[in-house]
Order: sequence, then C-alpha cells, then structure tokens
Amino acid sequence: MRPAYPPIVFLTLQCAANGIRRKGNKVAIKDGLERMATAFKDEQTSGHTPVQSEAVVVRFAGDSGDGMQLTGGQFTLSSALAGNDFATFPDFPAEIRAPIGTLFGVSAFQINFGSSAIDTAGDQPDVLIAMNPAALKTNVGSLREGGLIIADTGEFNQRNLDKAKYTSNPFEDGSLAKWQVLAFDISALTLEAVKPFGMGNKDALRCKNMWTLGLALWMFDRDRQPIIDWLNAKFAKNQVLADANIAALNAGHAYGETAELAGPLKQYHVDAAPAPAGLYRTVTGAESISYGLVAGAQLAGLKMFFGGYPITPASAILHHLSRLKEYGITTFQAEDEIAAICSAIGASYAGQLGVTSSSGPGIALKGEAMGLAIMTELPLVIVNSQRGGPSTGLPTKTEQSDLYQAVYGRNGDAPMPVIAARSPVDCFDCAVEAVRIAVEYMTPVMLLTDGYIANAAEPWLVPDLEEYKPFPVEFLESVPEDGFKPYARDHKLKRTWVKPGTPGLLHRIGGIEKEVDTGHINYAPANHQAMTDIRSAKVNNVADSIPDQSVEQGAAGAKLAVVGWGSTYGPIKQAVRRKRAEGVDVAHVHIRHIWPMPKNMAELLKSFDKVIVPEMNTGQLKTILRDQFLVDAQPVNKVSGQPFTIAEIEAAIGSAL
Amino acid sequence: MNDMTPVKATTPKDWETDQEVRWCPGCGDYAILKAVQRTMPEIGGTPENTVFISGIGCSSRFPYYMETYGFHTIHGRAPAVATGVKLANPDLDVWIITGDGDALSIGGNHTMHLLRRNLDCQIMLFNNEIYGLTKGQYSPTSRVGTNSPSTPYGSVDRPATPCAFALGSGARFVARGFDVSKNLPEVLKAAHAHRGAAFIEIFQNCIVYNKDVFEDFAAPKGADGHQLWLRNGEPMLFGSEKSGGTKGIALDNVGLTLKVVDVIDGDWQSAGVIVHDVTNRSLAHMLVEMPFGEFPMALGVLYDDPRPTFNDAVIAQNESASAGKSPDLGKLLAKGQTWTVAEGHPET
Repeated sequence: MRPAYPPIVFLTLQCAANGIRRKGNKVAIKDGLERMATAFKDEQTSGHTPVQSEAVVVRFAGDSGDGMQLTGGQFTLSSALAGNDFATFPDFPAEIRAPIGTLFGVSAFQINFGSSAIDTAGDQPDVLIAMNPAALKTNVGSLREGGLIIADTGEFNQRNLDKAKYTSNPFEDGSLAKWQVLAFDISALTLEAVKPFGMGNKDALRCKNMWTLGLALWMFDRDRQPIIDWLNAKFAKNQVLADANIAALNAGHAYGETAELAGPLKQYHVDAAPAPAGLYRTVTGAESISYGLVAGAQLAGLKMFFGGYPITPASAILHHLSRLKEYGITTFQAEDEIAAICSAIGASYAGQLGVTSSSGPGIALKGEAMGLAIMTELPLVIVNSQRGGPSTGLPTKTEQSDLYQAVYGRNGDAPMPVIAARSPVDCFDCAVEAVRIAVEYMTPVMLLTDGYIANAAEPWLVPDLEEYKPFPVEFLESVPEDGFKPYARDHKLKRTWVKPGTPGLLHRIGGIEKEVDTGHINYAPANHQAMTDIRSAKVNNVADSIPDQSVEQGAAGAKLAVVGWGSTYGPIKQAVRRKRAEGVDVAHVHIRHIWPMPKNMAELLKSFDKVIVPEMNTGQLKTILRDQFLVDAQPVNKVSGQPFTIAEIEAAIGSAL
Repeated sequence: MNDMTPVKATTPKDWETDQEVRWCPGCGDYAILKAVQRTMPEIGGTPENTVFISGIGCSSRFPYYMETYGFHTIHGRAPAVATGVKLANPDLDVWIITGDGDALSIGGNHTMHLLRRNLDCQIMLFNNEIYGLTKGQYSPTSRVGTNSPSTPYGSVDRPATPCAFALGSGARFVARGFDVSKNLPEVLKAAHAHRGAAFIEIFQNCIVYNKDVFEDFAAPKGADGHQLWLRNGEPMLFGSEKSGGTKGIALDNVGLTLKVVDVIDGDWQSAGVIVHDVTNRSLAHMLVEMPFGEFPMALGVLYDDPRPTFNDAVIAQNESASAGKSPDLGKLLAKGQTWTVAEGHPET
C-alpha cells in the first residue's frame, strides 16, 4: 500500500518566510518565484511523466475558517471521479470559529486514495498541506518521514508563529529536516490570481483554499471541470465569487504545471481501483444511515417520524431527512432530547415508524423513554453517533465508549437489541436491519455508529433496492376470534400493533407493569416475573432472525482472533491482511449484532487460542464477550479521539502471539 | 375531530372502562372524570378517535378509566408523546392529562413548547398544589409557607401561576375551572371547540395531602361572591345581595390595573364594568394575574383566539415539499455526482 516515492530530496525554499510580503507586492512575488525556480533547477528530477502510485495519503490542514473541510470534500469527489478507492477522515475543532491562527482552531481533512482497496484514512499522511503555522505544528508530527510539506509562507509571520507557539521559524531552524518542504506564499499568489475581480483583501484571501485545491488537482493528475461546475453551482447567485474561486483554482493548477521541474513537487498518478461494475457515488455515514432508514420504512410499508435535537455529530441525519418529505417522512426538531424520543414513541403508538437520533449525552437523556418503549413494546429506532465522553467530552472526536450505555444503560431489566455499523457504506444495511428488527419484534433498537463513520466518506456501489426483502407491517384491524388482548403475542413473542382510530380495539398502554396478555396494570409478583422473562426472551429471539457470525479473514480455529465492532473495521482488516501475508495465523471477526449476538458466537470464539478486542474505549465489548461466553478476551484500547492506525493493530497482533 | 366519520351518539357510560378507579375516596379527580365522561357525548366524540395521554402523578392515571385509546407515559413527557401522536395521525382527538408537578416542574419545558407551537389538543392540568402520588411534598404551585415532608419549616419559593405560564408561553386558549364545578363540562366543550392547544387549569382538591386549599372560592357557601365566571360578550359581574351586593371588574384608567367596583341597581355600564372579550390578549394577561382575595377567582374561558395549528402547518409543508416529487429511493441514491465502473473491470 505504500506509495513508491522517489528518493527523498530535502529542499528548503528560503524565499518563503520573509522573502515575499503580501498586499500584492509584485516585485517581491516575482523575486520569490525566480528564487524558487532557481532552487528547483538545482535539483535533478524525473521530468514530465507522472509518478505512478498505488495509494497516497493527503492531509489538508488550516485554520477552521480556511475552508479545509470544503477543500477536502471536493478533493474526495475528484478522487471518486478518478475511480480511486478512498477513505476520508475529517478532523475539526468543536469551536465554530476559534480565534484565527490558534493551535486549537486547526481543522484538518485527511484522505487516503488508491488503486487498490482502501479501508482506512491512512496511518500517516504522505503529503501535508499546511495553511498556517498552527496547522503545521499540530499536524507535522504524523507526517510520514520523508513526506512532503506544502505550506503557505504568507501566513508564517511573527504573529502567527507566536500564536502557534513557535519560538523560531520552522523553515529556518532545521526542525523540518526529515521531511521535504515546499514553502511558498500561497496567499500572495492567490491575491494575484483574483486581482482582476476587485475583491477586498479579506475576501480575496478566502480563495486560498481553491488555489491549494487547484495545486492538489494538478499533483494528482485530476480533471478540474467537476470542481469548476460545482463552484459555478455553489456561487450561482454571485458570479464574481464563482469566477474568483475558479481563477484561484486554475492559478494553483497552473502553478503546478509551470513549476513542474521542482524536486518535491511532482505529479503523481493513481490508477482507478478495481471494483465491481456498476454505478457509484460517494456517501458519508450520516447520509447512508438516512437513506437506510428511508429504505427500511419503505420495506416495512410505513411512514416515518423522525424526532431529533441538534447535537454533534448526529445532526446531519436530521438535516438529510428533513429534505426527504416526499418519502412520507415527518421530521420534528424537538425542544430537547427527551421530547425528541418521546415524540417518536408517540408516532410509533399512532402507527408510524418512530426514529430518533443523538450522540452520547443525548442518548443518556433518552434513557427513561427507551424504557417506556420497551415496556409498551413499540417499534423505535435510536441512532447513536458516538463521540468522545463522558459528559460533553470531545464533541467532534470519535470514540466507541457508549457500548455499555447501549446494552445496559437503562433502569430496570430493560433488554434492547443493539447493532453496530462498521463503515459509512455499512450504515445503509444496518439502518434497514434496525428497522426490520424494530417492527418484526415490536421493540426499540439501538443502532451505533460514531463520529468517524458519520463524517467520513467512501465510494458506494449504489444498491439495487429490489434485492432487499420487504418486511411489511400488518396492523391488527379487527377483534380476533379469541378476543382482543393488546399484549397477545405471536410465536416470536411480538405483541400486536393497533393504530389508534381503529374501532373495537380500544386499549390503554403505559410504563406501569403490564398484565400478561391483557396489558392491564398489574403489580403481582408472579406477573412481573413472567413479563420480565417475556421481554428478555423476546429480545433473545431476535437471534433466530440474524445470520451466523462470519469470519472476515482467516478461519475458526486460528491461533488468534481479532474481534472488533464498528469503525475499527478498516484498520483491523488491513492489519490482519498484512499479518496473514507474513504467514501469521490470525483471523478477523467483526460483530454487527451486538445484542443479541449470533447463535454461533460462543462456539466460534472458543475455537480460537487467543482473542484480542481492539476498541476505542477502555474495554466494553471485551467485558460483554467475557460475560456472555466466558472467553479470555484481551483488550486493546485507544481513547485519544483518533481512529486506530493499522500499525497499532499490527503491533497488538504481534504482542498477542 | 374527524369530520368525515358519521357521529354515533354515545352516552357517558360508553366512555367508562371496566378498570377499578384507584383514586383516594373523596378525591377531586372523580368529579373531573365524571365531567369528562359527561362532556364527550355532548361534543360528539367517538371513542376510537379519541386518545388520552398523560404523564405521571395521581391525575395521570386518568387514561385507564376512559374507554378510548390511551397512553400513560413518563413523568412530564405527555406533551412530547402527544406531539408525535398528533403529527402521525392528525385525525385523532388528543387530550393531555397532567398535574402541577408533571406539567410545570419536570415537564415545564414540554408544556411551554407545546403551547408555543400550538398543537391541536386539549391540556387539562389538575392543579392540587401538592405532590400527591409521592406522598405530599410541596409542588411548583404550592403557596409560600406550605408545610410538607420536604419543607417541614414551610416552603420559601414563590409558586408559578399556571394560566400566566400558559399565556406567556403563547397559548391561544386559556381557561379555568374546578373539580366539582357544574360549569366544568361547559369549559371543556369550549376548549374542545378551540382548534389549537387549549389549556385548562382545573383546581382539584387533594383530600389527603392538601385538603380544601381552594375552599376560599370553591365552597358553595358565598361562591357567587368569590367566583367570577367569565362569558364572552357579557359584563364581568359577580356577587349578589346575599354576598354583600353585586360587584364588577373595571379598569383603573390611571394605574392601568383592574379594580372591583360596586354595581348599583344593575347599572354596570355606569360603573365601568368591563365586557369580557375572549380575544383580548391584554385583558387575558390581567385576568390570569388577578390576585384572589382582593379579587374573585377568574373562572371559565379567560382567553380564546385561535391561530393556525402546528400540526396543520407541518402537514401543509410536508405536502407542499412533496408536491410533484416521487418517492423513488433508487433514483435518489443514483442522483448527484456519480460514476460508473464498466463491466470487465478487474475485481479485487
């Protein structure tokens, strides 16, 4: 997977930090360019043919106002259109507009794209584009040794260096010696490019990200037209802005072309990745979940009611669904998390598919209402886009630390099915599955994703909806022969669902313990025992409807199994693949159905000599596996707000054996 | 509420369930239950299209005793559940049953937002100024100095005024009644006739933990001197010869406050007595804040001025946003920036 880079060339452009001043000083720019060109000429380079690479990791980093997420998003689109496989990792601060130039205000977007299967956003960037000193400082540590830094020296003034807590200019003090550096005044070049449009300095400099994107498009041999089309559409109401941004994009691209003799700045070509034939698009986890919920509601034959309350990183689902009213969806931005879930429960009671969504702190607030849905046995899907916790924690960072909350986090014996999505694309099928379980068992279901999955994008072979088996809901509409009992059950223990408004089937439900069958209030000891057992057995019965646990790589009986869930899928898959290529007897098991687990899970886990469980928490699935199956599952934990790297999992495999 | 369904005449008996009513003997809730069961046939309700939704507390057991659809939810959340029910099935006639703790303490936020949004439903707040089901702690409507298990030296915080809270939250219908009042069905009928959120505060006597706190105005003896029953278009008169003369409510033009005036020989016009106008919001603000003692208790429909409802607005927007679009998910997924990988491309 490593790109085949040419021998490392170290080059510092002295023109950078103090050679060029902003404010359209033409002489200085010209002078700088000449000196840069001279520097380039000193290097012997490979010339005009793009270098072939299997995969490249690029990280765009800048101030949170620099538009890095937008730049990354458009670069992703261009990777998709080039046919590359890819994975992305947007990493942005919780502050919307942190003070300019500060270390905590840095926003980054990483993309790993390649000509073979890509499952993670990449352990280490090969190229870092740093728009200011703070972006360089916070990101350069993760850059691969010998990797390329592209930096905007226009921002490396004393003030910004101070804000980034640099005591000396990194381009001059030798601290960047192990990387290649291409530092030049992108700010000045952008101002020059957009000068014809007569914009103010501030507005003109906002085109910097498009200049940088233009350069990146050149570097990776990409077509500019889709981005130009996008800019024209985005700024359809302000042609000057569209033209200025396009001019900046073109200027960045032209810069690459004219400076192509440069040492570190060379063009790479990444071939299209092999992929099954069909129509593709990019999809983020939040989009994929939204579409999956719509598909699930259609397969159930129900209208959907979505009650939500804004929270990072879950809000995107509310945003997406709010635009899909023609699919029979009502979205309701409630006054709080509790009202969001309670309104969804009310809608389910009235005969629609109730759905709510949040992240850890909001899920905690919904806990009591989940118990109500369990007690009243109404279908409900609860999406938890996990983030770093506890409390407010790390709103924009990823973590998997809500597993206990999902499985155990309610008062009373309150069993509830839990499933977890492994990737943005997987969210679609998981959402359909969550809806299926909810309506086929009359139960709330929690669907777990995380901040990484919610925001990350990957290519998606658009599914053929005909291939999904419908699971139409049948409401009870008349009194059965043996009389109407609201808590009468089928063989799976699912109770009947009656829409209010149906004559002859009047009944009352609520959170007080129900009498078996009739659903009347009943506090009797034997009845509570019976109902607790029924609720538990019903949820356990879900295991009858799910496939056996598969082994992703390797086979049952391997010396070591790496057992994961959720977004650790990518790094585990690649780490196990590499280790297996080295001849290591290791298998990868990835669990979608967390509760109840597939029926073969005990037998499967016991077939391995050893089991390790990498998780972005302090060992929650590990605890469940130990509890449920008495296996000696060993934890591999990371709670830094960042996904696992492949190397970290490889190291864990190495030390387990 | 469903205009399309032919109305089958019902009797109060049709609205009673077979469940044993479990309130304390003598509780004011019995009288309210009877009043509701008497009202339903009169408004032409149909049991299957009616839903009673409650939170937690003594009052919230109410749905179990109504032969309708019913949902006994969790503490304070009835308005949120009701919002989902009404949006999912707007043909249902939704009644929320709540209490002073349920609606104004743990569920205050939901009550405020339901009123602000103007969901089409009736909210019956049983105000007994105490927590009954948890055995007698003071509530957000308890008067200062209330002795209770949690305030053995008397409560020190000032109570909320439910109708003022409702009006301040944007309610378009505010009414008051009390448990044993013969006028209660009339108030309920007016609430039901109002399209939008109709807020009704019902003073309810908790005979165990807060006995007779409303006797000052609710007791039959001297009632006409202590109760101002408001009727749209009629002068605000109360009292009689028995209670010390007919009086009226007039405006103090200097202080811009209400005042009590004597009405001599029935000539309320020259006494400046106000004619009640249920659409006058400024007047409603004065009526909900009118302190009992110095003034009679304002009862009946204090305010009634409908506005478009939340459910109608949501449904209209759902329809207009859907107009001309087909729910073809396959097409949606294939929309936007896509690319095609051709057959014969090597697979991994």
